Amino acid sequence: MNHPTKAEEFLSDGANAKWHDETLWFVRDKRDSSSKTVPEWEELRDLASRIKDNVLDYLETYLLEFEKNAKANNIRVHWAKNAEEHNQIVLGILNKHQCKAIVKSKSILTEECHLNPFLEKHGIEVVDTDLGERIVQFLNQPPSHIVMPAIHLKKMAISDIFHEKLQTEKGNDDPYYLTQAARNHLREKFLAAKVAITGVNFGVAETGEFVVCTNEGNADMGVHLADVHIASMGIEKIIPKREHLGVFLRLLARSATGQSITNYNSHFRSPDTGKEIHIVLVDNGRTEQLAREKFRNSLKCIRCGACMNTCPIYRRSGGFSYGSTVPGPIGSILSPGLDLQKHSSLPFASTLCGSCSDVCPVKINIHEQLYEWRQEITKAQAANAKSISMKIANGIFAVPFAYKISAGMMRGALKFLPDSITYSGLNTWGKQRDLPELPKETFKQWYKKNRS
Amino acid sequence: MINKKNIGLFIPCYVDQFYPNVGIATLELLEKLGCQVSYPLGQTCCGQPMANAGYERDTIGTTKHFLNTFKDFDYIVAPSGSCVLHVKEHSPTVPGLESEQYATQHKIYELTEFITDILEIDSIQGSYPHKVGYHASCHGQRGLRLASASELHETPFNKARQLLQQLDGLEWIELARKDECCGFGGTFAVTEEALSVQMGKDRLEDHLSHDVEIITGGDMSCIMHLEGIARRNKTPLQFKHIAEILNEAIS
Repeated sequence: MNHPTKAEEFLSDGANAKWHDETLWFVRDKRDSSSKTVPEWEELRDLASRIKDNVLDYLETYLLEFEKNAKANNIRVHWAKNAEEHNQIVLGILNKHQCKAIVKSKSILTEECHLNPFLEKHGIEVVDTDLGERIVQFLNQPPSHIVMPAIHLKKMAISDIFHEKLQTEKGNDDPYYLTQAARNHLREKFLAAKVAITGVNFGVAETGEFVVCTNEGNADMGVHLADVHIASMGIEKIIPKREHLGVFLRLLARSATGQSITNYNSHFRSPDTGKEIHIVLVDNGRTEQLAREKFRNSLKCIRCGACMNTCPIYRRSGGFSYGSTVPGPIGSILSPGLDLQKHSSLPFASTLCGSCSDVCPVKINIHEQLYEWRQEITKAQAANAKSISMKIANGIFAVPFAYKISAGMMRGALKFLPDSITYSGLNTWGKQRDLPELPKETFKQWYKKNRS
Repeated sequence: MINKKNIGLFIPCYVDQFYPNVGIATLELLEKLGCQVSYPLGQTCCGQPMANAGYERDTIGTTKHFLNTFKDFDYIVAPSGSCVLHVKEHSPTVPGLESEQYATQHKIYELTEFITDILEIDSIQGSYPHKVGYHASCHGQRGLRLASASELHETPFNKARQLLQQLDGLEWIELARKDECCGFGGTFAVTEEALSVQMGKDRLEDHLSHDVEIITGGDMSCIMHLEGIARRNKTPLQFKHIAEILNEAIS
């Protein structure tokens, strides 16, 4: 199903759609206030963007430096060309440790690789420990937002799920009560897991360490109780130096939720005695995207989700309407690179308003890339009705005489056609909007009479 | 100085067809401000609807015609941020006309920025005793930077407001979301009809809840969409292009 169909479905529950829009606007608003407390905000964005430019220019060098330093710290480094290799590497580690139950903190990369269903198929219980992610996992849903995975659900819906899964009191939707219930439930899982999986927010080439940012401390809880820590990292998450964290950490939380800093920014450098840290460096289409000159900047993304919160389309159509792991504006420029056919409606799910590019903490020109993907998609598609009508239109606009005839016909048709035809199902504009009243003459006609 | 310059008026195709009064107001306003303006009769369209739909490569002919039509003017002025942005940033390179194209992209202006930045008009005498809500078109707002963006940390400014607030009696209404998109978006208005209309309704609600009498803006495409929804729902709001307000107030 394409985006317009799913968006229409989402909007059919008007009250819910309005609530969703207002909830995300509230987050966008907090981001605005928070970013404006930093006088050098725009300079930080610029700096972050330029550091990422450098990373993309020297990606191979930094990755090899990271690997060397991480190995020197006793971290085991694996390379995965695609999702399948990533999943096999993770399964291999779990099998070696005869591990049948793992805890996982939020990682969009493991969502991208569809790790959960893969491991479950191999008889391994996966428990997502981020509260929002656990909620959607109970529902067998993917996250609808990369930072707030259950943002599409209201309190009462969560109360109902917890009543069913965790036997909480029916109808009790007190957030504190529900959070306590989740905490008790997750504690058992933490204590039982021998292996913990996390994502990676930043890998530091200079030191071979990596940084994981969470608000709930769930990554730390999982990792410190387990014997083995597996960290899955997209290769674009590398930064050259530790000091660059001073740029990115200031931008990340403010852009994501309006907090000045994420609650837990944990550095992992080397395993404790008797324990293991594995890092899986995943490509999965990233080097291909790097080779696409117009789209390589999309790899600067630090996954803050600000473009989703600001997007007037995302707010009114929900994360699921995109049908891609990463929804919203950034998802709409990343996903076509993975599967152009499947995601061909996404670059058109935008008015090109440009708000995404202005909130982006690393200054990705998101709306310009949406425009560029449109050009690529129409090239990839065989000649269809729209393309033929566009070619005719170009012919008209290139020849003043043709334009005059055709515009005259359009005006004439509007004047004489009854409303029943103008506003029929064929005319999508007219379904919920009136057409402008037709003036008695065009500007050109007026000008000829009055000025020339 | 400026009265010696030759200004070409570019009236977007849909304004020519549906909103001749906006074209007339733009022309009269510029004349009142001392400009020598002419409207080349051969002009057609900038090509934006096709390019935004993904067919930029098919607009070379249209772009070439645009460049030839306006090549002899010192400035090109249009009552549309969106079309101006397209000419400046998205029209495809026309082989053989590279220098003309570069010149055109640097001499074309949206109406309000032409008045504030090129004419440098710092006082407008006139009266317009109404509560006015301003709809910032995204291409004018974030494309041409006609006003500070709510997303950016920058000194607040707004070229339309700078002009309108000089009019006696005009009350500039602050909105809850001052630069949110109206949902027009060219072909988006049709391909994503449900979303487009919802976005428009939400913008109208913001204006209505702040007691706006007249919604104005620099792009008739947004206004056409908003007005279309308001009319259908019998919403008591008036709609005018900023050129119409300024022209009416000054006379």
